[in-house]
Amino acid sequence: MTDFPNFQWAQVGYALLTLFIVINYGMVMTAVVRKIGARVGGRYGIPVWQNYVDLLKNIALRSKISHGVMYYLGPVFRLTGGVGLLMFVPTIYGSEWHQNFSYAGDLILALYFVFFGTLGMALGAGESGHPHSAIGVSRGLAQVTMAELPLALGVYALSLQYGTLDITKIVAAQQGSIFNWTLFTNPIATVAAMIAFVGTMMRSPFDVAMAPQEIPIGPPTEYHSSYLALMQTNRALFPVAKVVIYMNLFFGGATSWAEFAIKVFCLYMVSVVIGVVHPRFRVEQSIRFFLKWGLPIGVLAILVV
Amino acid sequence: MMREILYRLKDRYHFGTPTFQRDDLCFVTVKRDELRAILTELRDVEGFTHLTLLTAVDWLEERLFQLTYLINNREANLTLGLRVMLEREDEPGATTGDTIHDLWPTAATYQRELNEMFGINFPGSPRVDEEFILEGWTDLPPYRRDFDSLAYSQQTYNDLPGRKTHDPRDHMKKALYPNYLKEAE
Amino acid sequence: MKDVDDKFRKNTDPVPMREELKPRSVTTPDGQTIEIEPLRDYFCDARPKVHPKAYSKIVEDFYNWARSNSLWILGFGTGCGAIEMRPLMTPRFDAYRYGIQWRPTPRQASLLVISGYLSVKTLKRAIRAYEQMPQPKYVMGLGSCTINGGMYWDSYNTIKQLDDYLPVDMYVAGCMPRPEALLHGFMELKKRIRSGKAEGANDYAENFDRYKANQKAVIKDWDMPDYNW
Repeated sequence: MTDFPNFQWAQVGYALLTLFIVINYGMVMTAVVRKIGARVGGRYGIPVWQNYVDLLKNIALRSKISHGVMYYLGPVFRLTGGVGLLMFVPTIYGSEWHQNFSYAGDLILALYFVFFGTLGMALGAGESGHPHSAIGVSRGLAQVTMAELPLALGVYALSLQYGTLDITKIVAAQQGSIFNWTLFTNPIATVAAMIAFVGTMMRSPFDVAMAPQEIPIGPPTEYHSSYLALMQTNRALFPVAKVVIYMNLFFGGATSWAEFAIKVFCLYMVSVVIGVVHPRFRVEQSIRFFLKWGLPIGVLAILVV
Repeated sequence: MMREILYRLKDRYHFGTPTFQRDDLCFVTVKRDELRAILTELRDVEGFTHLTLLTAVDWLEERLFQLTYLINNREANLTLGLRVMLEREDEPGATTGDTIHDLWPTAATYQRELNEMFGINFPGSPRVDEEFILEGWTDLPPYRRDFDSLAYSQQTYNDLPGRKTHDPRDHMKKALYPNYLKEAE
Repeated sequence: MKDVDDKFRKNTDPVPMREELKPRSVTTPDGQTIEIEPLRDYFCDARPKVHPKAYSKIVEDFYNWARSNSLWILGFGTGCGAIEMRPLMTPRFDAYRYGIQWRPTPRQASLLVISGYLSVKTLKRAIRAYEQMPQPKYVMGLGSCTINGGMYWDSYNTIKQLDDYLPVDMYVAGCMPRPEALLHGFMELKKRIRSGKAEGANDYAENFDRYKANQKAVIKDWDMPDYNW
């Protein structure tokens, strides 16, 4: 373990603790968001613990059908994407415990992990043999690929601005005042990245690949019981992990769990609010949107820096 | 309006006595070999551009099938029903009608349904022999009157014992006005 | 019944299997000749298994509690009752607050609601959907049509008793039952699940031959494997 500077075994335990907190936070938060959506529509909505019950029920199902090794690995990859994303990003700045395994070049790795889960899912859904899965996953991949473009450009602009690829250093540079946040020091890159953010959160208007009302819910069509439970866990974890990256890069990071909770919730609500007022885009429409608006803003961000 | 159209046509074709349901809805019986000419003229000259429906009636005792072509003139809001009588054959598919799918493509679907439900065949109509609603049906066409639907269902599906039938009129009287009935007695 | 024709006898001829489903030998693009049997090649038709309950009663009770509070309904509507199910999603009835959700695929659903009369053609699809759901699974029949045929008691093409063909856990009477009655039915079903009596899937596996015989008696063109995974 000499290759990793500053590595201590205790970090593994701390990282697992982070993971545990984030999963539970994600479970409750997605339920609360659904409840808010229901209240907007005049309904009571689901109980806040509903996600746990669903998870438990899926684990408790008695029969499982596997369609092969890749089918089994699909949700595993998906969850790996979420866990990996969280593990290599410092969750709480300045905290010894929740620094996780961040290191000098972790920004590149994080960008990779954002995409990793979708790719794994593509392999798994392909093996499930259901035509809707294959259609859904190809649509999802096309859309996510396009949405990643503005993010990548925004992140390059950021690394040029701060001269580093280390998320911890980027967060450190934003401490002190609210006007040190990238949001104010580099608003164009922030806008570019936020377009990608809304695009990859799998909420309306960019959720055509996964929405239950479309071609039966796309990639997870064949997934059930424990496989689905794994994906549900990821669906709680992954958005939070993704928001953590954005929070660190553009919104000054978090120095305590309370700040973390508030910032993540607010950022998540951005995509929710956009989602409730916009109808769903078709895939080619959203691709055109990202190319037309996201890409030029991203290029502009790099040029300005 | 409708009467004028019928006057214009009646010299050239053999019409039965028209039945006027309303001013804008009329049924008239025509001869089978003139049907195509009448339909074409009504569609192209008189503006009856829309085939509303094509259906059949089984006159079991008279040994006839009646085909009803309901056509509609949207601009003038007129609906005309043309009745054609066919000889009824017992063998399903032995009775044949004349296809009009080239006048209205939608007629092909109606003719497919008639072939399945009444056993009236329309040679030349697209996909007329394919199954329409029923899957794997081997019995008589179910809309024919010699097909006994009740007997078929009793021989095919299990009944739940204990099912009672009430005459709705008497039952509701008893349920709602018990005193009234007593007084009437 | 006085208006039954005693002389009428239904035709019991078997329906020939469709050409493309028959076992045959085909020549591949490579020039090989292979034997194919479409009904067996693409599907696994192993019989359903009886799945035992969890060993410990406490665990099983806990699981049953979770199952009852997370009823995922397959969005499969037959007959007029499908209309009565939609209001349950709306603010007025809001079934979501009881943990009831609609899923678009049978693989993720645990409750199949037969919402009204089932024609023979739809029965075939309902059986396929039911068999693809993971165990434990529940069936709910809405309306008199599923109980004794209802107003379709003399129809040539609708089944009369749903529990001849699928193991039904709960019936909701009415023609059609209102959404309130449906909600009540869901609550009763929850109680039944919690008490551990809702073992319809195991019942289906145990009496598989009887159910299959009943199903095949009405579905004449059986063009699918005996059990659809």
